[in-house]
Amino acid sequence: MKKYIDRGKKDTRSGFGEGLHLAGKADPRVVALTADLKGSLKMDAFAAEFPDRYFECGIAEANMIGVASGMAITGLVPFAGSFAEFVTGRVYDQVRMEVCYGKANVKIASSHAGITLGEDGATHQTMEDIALMRALPDMVVINPCDWTQTKNATIAAAKYNGPVYLRFGRPKVADFMPDEPFEIGKAYVLNGGKDVSIIATGHMVWEALKAAEVLETEGICAEVIDVATIKPLDTPTILASAIKTGAVVVAEEHNMAGGLGELVAGVLAATSPKPIEYVNGKDTFGQSGTPGELLAAYGIDADNIAEAARRVIERK
Amino acid sequence: MQSTEDLKKIASQVRRDIIRMVVEAKSGHPGGSMSSTDFMTALYFGVMDHDPATWTREGKGQDMFVLSAGHLTPMYYSILSRAGYFPTSELASFRKFGTRLQGHPSVRKGLPGVFQAAGSLGQGLSVAVGMALGKKAAKDNHSVFCLCGDGETEEGEIWEAAMFAAHHKVDNLIAMTDVNGQQIDGTTEEVAGLGDLDAKWKAFGWETISADGHDMDAILKAFSTAKGLEGKGKPVMILFRTEMGHGVDFMAGTHKWHGSVPNADQCAIALKQLEETLGDF
Repeated sequence: MKKYIDRGKKDTRSGFGEGLHLAGKADPRVVALTADLKGSLKMDAFAAEFPDRYFECGIAEANMIGVASGMAITGLVPFAGSFAEFVTGRVYDQVRMEVCYGKANVKIASSHAGITLGEDGATHQTMEDIALMRALPDMVVINPCDWTQTKNATIAAAKYNGPVYLRFGRPKVADFMPDEPFEIGKAYVLNGGKDVSIIATGHMVWEALKAAEVLETEGICAEVIDVATIKPLDTPTILASAIKTGAVVVAEEHNMAGGLGELVAGVLAATSPKPIEYVNGKDTFGQSGTPGELLAAYGIDADNIAEAARRVIERK
Repeated sequence: MQSTEDLKKIASQVRRDIIRMVVEAKSGHPGGSMSSTDFMTALYFGVMDHDPATWTREGKGQDMFVLSAGHLTPMYYSILSRAGYFPTSELASFRKFGTRLQGHPSVRKGLPGVFQAAGSLGQGLSVAVGMALGKKAAKDNHSVFCLCGDGETEEGEIWEAAMFAAHHKVDNLIAMTDVNGQQIDGTTEEVAGLGDLDAKWKAFGWETISADGHDMDAILKAFSTAKGLEGKGKPVMILFRTEMGHGVDFMAGTHKWHGSVPNADQCAIALKQLEETLGDF
């Protein structure tokens, strides 16, 4: 099994901040907007170097999305950022009409996604955002797994012409992916396996790798796939893996409804049904706590992935 | 630049187009279309620097316009076609399957002149603000115009945009509100207590102009004043005082014609009151 080394714990939002800064250096059309969360979104370096291309919108997310749309129409490449709930649920209609239906080249920068936002509790945690953004025609949905991949995904989003929902998180997590250009629409097979496919996205990718190490000691060879782009989904890669292993676990920091689990299940059901287990939220809101406490409490971590793998293999 | 008399003639034809479009489509919003006809005609035929022949959605080197009150498509499409963006014959396709003239503006059908979708209310002013900032970034010394309905300004995002534009000194933006005092469920006062719009926009940091939206000379003067205020650190709002359904006696001054359509007899009566000046589509 291929080993991935944690180069040190880093937050994916800082990967976004680094990627935004680099994209801004490379392309003068790149601008950044935020609704009073510059520090949380790690836009400081961009704002310091490009003060004329940074727009503080105040606590007014709906207007921020509309302004970004207008900027995009004139040829700019705006990244509009806030917490995941506030750039999706709060402004769904603006994103729908002004960005997607309105064909505006806007990048929605979505930080603090999932329950690992932690102590602020359920009002600020969202486990529904992927569902909302996936439902929008033409929206690309990217959920990278570590600092390095988030940095490279941000650069790729800036180059892509069209609406992008870029989802990342708050806590410091393992940084392990190779530093290489991000390919939108590609599912990354991190290690080959034959007994079970663990299909993970975002923070769950490292948890899946940890689970695969445990499973290896039990003689189970797990294939781990990083679905960094949820829409468009790399269906061929996922199908090939599922057909090879004959058992699938999907892991995500998101509720069942509208998440990656349902998406993968739909693909398999339509073409090549296989036993499937889900590691995700089950129609639930979160609560206050540390990220580790919350992931354990809601059953979304390496231990639960390993257990789901054992269960699904039994069902083959 | 058209003369005041020319503008009045165009406006009469636009009102005929509005009636004939909604009757042909058996749906649409004539009331607000007719209240905004005069000043929108002045904008496209006497104020805006624009050229349909070289129009692109990016709007480089031209003035741009955002229709925020997206239901005013009968007026908007008539003016765009009369200005040369597309053939007037296409007005007959309004709201029909496959048309470029969607019920509310779309950028997905390739209709020239339309910069952004609208329909869900309260969002267009934010878009116009973003366009104006885009023009500043590109050092393009042109203006962005935006039309809101008065009822539409009940939406919270309008006031988010108002605060943002004033804070960021978006002074290449001229917004207009069609103050016809009517919305679907009744008068704006009955429905929402809209209050003193002049004072509200002033309080939000905007230059505020009030004008009779059916007096062509007053309209042109208001635009001239607004243009003179550009580049001085503040966005501009023109509050055009109008009458819903203006131009046809039985449609004027009531919310009942916001989104309803004349029958054949009413259509004939309405058209008798509106001179055909440029040839019907």
